[in-house]
Amino acid sequence: MRVGLHRIVSLILGIPLAMNQLMAQDRFPRPDFESEYSKPPINTPPPQSTFYEYLDVLILFLALSLASYLVLKKRSRNQIFLLSLFSLAYFGFWREGCICPIGSIQNTTLALFDAGYFIPLSAIAFFILPLIFALFFGRTFCAAVCPMGAAQELVLIKPHKVHPKVAAVLGLLPYAFLGAGVLFAATGAGFIICRLDPFVAFFRFGGEFKMILFGLLFLLVGLFYGRPYCRFLCPYGVLLGWASKFSKWHHSITPDQCTQCKLCEESCPFDAIDKPEPILSADEQKQAGSRLGKLIISTLVLAIVGGGIGYLVSMPMSKMHPTILLAERVMAEKNGLVEGTTLASRTFHESGKLTSDLLTEAQDLRAKFRTGTVLLFIFMGLVIGLKGIGVFFKRTNLDYESNRTDCFSCGRCFPYCPDEHERQKVLDQQKDLYESIG
Amino acid sequence: MSQKNPDKPISRRDFINTGVRIVGSVCLGGLGAAAIVKGGKREMVWQIDPHVCVQCGNCATTCVLNQSAVKCVHAHEICGYCKLCGGYFPPDAESLNTGAENQLCPTGAINRTFVEDPYFEYSIDEALCIGCGKCVKGCSAFGNGSLFLQIRHDICVNCNECAISRSCPSGAITRQPSEQPYLIKGQERPA
Ligand code: SF4
Ligand code: SF4
Ligand code: SF4
Ligand code: SF4
Repeated sequence: MRVGLHRIVSLILGIPLAMNQLMAQDRFPRPDFESEYSKPPINTPPPQSTFYEYLDVLILFLALSLASYLVLKKRSRNQIFLLSLFSLAYFGFWREGCICPIGSIQNTTLALFDAGYFIPLSAIAFFILPLIFALFFGRTFCAAVCPMGAAQELVLIKPHKVHPKVAAVLGLLPYAFLGAGVLFAATGAGFIICRLDPFVAFFRFGGEFKMILFGLLFLLVGLFYGRPYCRFLCPYGVLLGWASKFSKWHHSITPDQCTQCKLCEESCPFDAIDKPEPILSADEQKQAGSRLGKLIISTLVLAIVGGGIGYLVSMPMSKMHPTILLAERVMAEKNGLVEGTTLASRTFHESGKLTSDLLTEAQDLRAKFRTGTVLLFIFMGLVIGLKGIGVFFKRTNLDYESNRTDCFSCGRCFPYCPDEHERQKVLDQQKDLYESIG
Repeated sequence: MSQKNPDKPISRRDFINTGVRIVGSVCLGGLGAAAIVKGGKREMVWQIDPHVCVQCGNCATTCVLNQSAVKCVHAHEICGYCKLCGGYFPPDAESLNTGAENQLCPTGAINRTFVEDPYFEYSIDEALCIGCGKCVKGCSAFGNGSLFLQIRHDICVNCNECAISRSCPSGAITRQPSEQPYLIKGQERPA
């Protein structure tokens, strides 16, 4: 057992292999058969072909194109919903929720930090394609392609408002989750975004009990509050929001002139419709100017404080890495701080690996964690500060408009606009006309 | 889409947006390229190193699939074809026959067939095996260690992060090049 390592260790130390290690392979001689008997071969079925991965990318591309068309040109809520059902069936239940763009954040990160990790082209495509589409068409991925979004759309039966202050605080979670996901992937501590995927257990009809509970929680909350995962946890949504903010085209409640009839005001279950804000008077502008200075300074202070907190919590955080955890356990056992052993520590001792190697490895990882956690908390400080600035310096819109960052382009608001009714009627008449002509 | 306010501030915003879009697209492309360049060059799949595995039993229960992708594999090449197989019989077996009460395997997944005196062949019925590693433990402790656990790639969906690898106390599950997806005992490849 563990021949490779033992050989190295024994070569270095100049001691022979432990007796039982040698014996393990050859306690009994291999028989010479007199009869015709021949030994059966070992069956080694090859890994599943990558064909499906490329098919997935193709379908992702087509679905994104169709979703963008439905949101921007066709403006049909029903068809958007139908497409989202397809995505739920294909990416969710058929492909069992793997691979998805949300998780691909980690694949991309790991490939950047670990030279031994091969990233499949399909994973890169899954990471990049929805973001490119968001840069041009808004979050059409969320509208009808993401299986997680689709699952939540499906269960939303009685939407309630989330109190704006609660929403603002919970809205920070996706940033933290994004940062933590990247940190953990980069340090090799694991893929926490996949671990906290609430719906994958449903897509696979089975999973760990606590994951099923976690998923049920989101589905239950999702009955009354629209898309809780999307709004308050999804790390990919943060990136999509950034891209969508600068998108070339974007979902609009009405393509015509808004008459400010307010009919759409309450139509969005995700609070993604911005009300018209009056343009500031000269006086107010001056006030705002001086406030901006203070806000920028407090943002910087928040970032510095964040860095400090990050430094303090980096060591507890680093215990999430299995190697660091093991190193601490082994040391604690050695120093008599804990009773007994764990399965992992026993295995470590039996393996004959050197404690000093383990400690060096853990020390390297700790250093990485420290840098990463400090950066993560600086990032969070900046996010909170910039959010604050955003509250006071909203983009002044004259009409009711969907918020480019938050809007999922789901199209629920389309039918609320009376202009839209007019337009659709006109379109229908045109269609009738064309049809009657021939 | 709509040009609702065709005055100056909007066009400045458009200018900024276009800039961000271009920069954003270039960054995304660069990120993708960097990931390809900096990452490994060979496609990888998850596999158990049988020399590191301690047969803790996690393999049977922590795979994301309802029926674990881990199965016992038998390297007949190094098997002793023992009459008294440490992988087949529990140490306290009453008698050496194929009665269920005499079998170590909880699902009766090991077939014991007579070859010639005094040799018996042991083969795994993969449809029944749950990858618990009990037989592997027995065989490693008392026999030649020809039974060992492997992730079967006709079942495994090659998760982003193998759920078993996370719970494996010995770190036996790592990514291996997909053109050599198995680590077969007795066929160790040169380091
Ligand atoms: S916010 Fe996240 S989970 Fe929701 S639809 Fe978008 S990508 Fe999917
Ligand atoms: S979890 Fe690891 S140690 Fe336990 S049986 Fe599986 S490979 Fe072996
Ligand atoms: S004892 Fe466990 S690992 Fe061995 S054949 Fe039976 S089910 Fe499979
Ligand atoms: S990669 Fe996934 S499917 Fe394969 S053995 Fe690990 S947990 Fe099971």
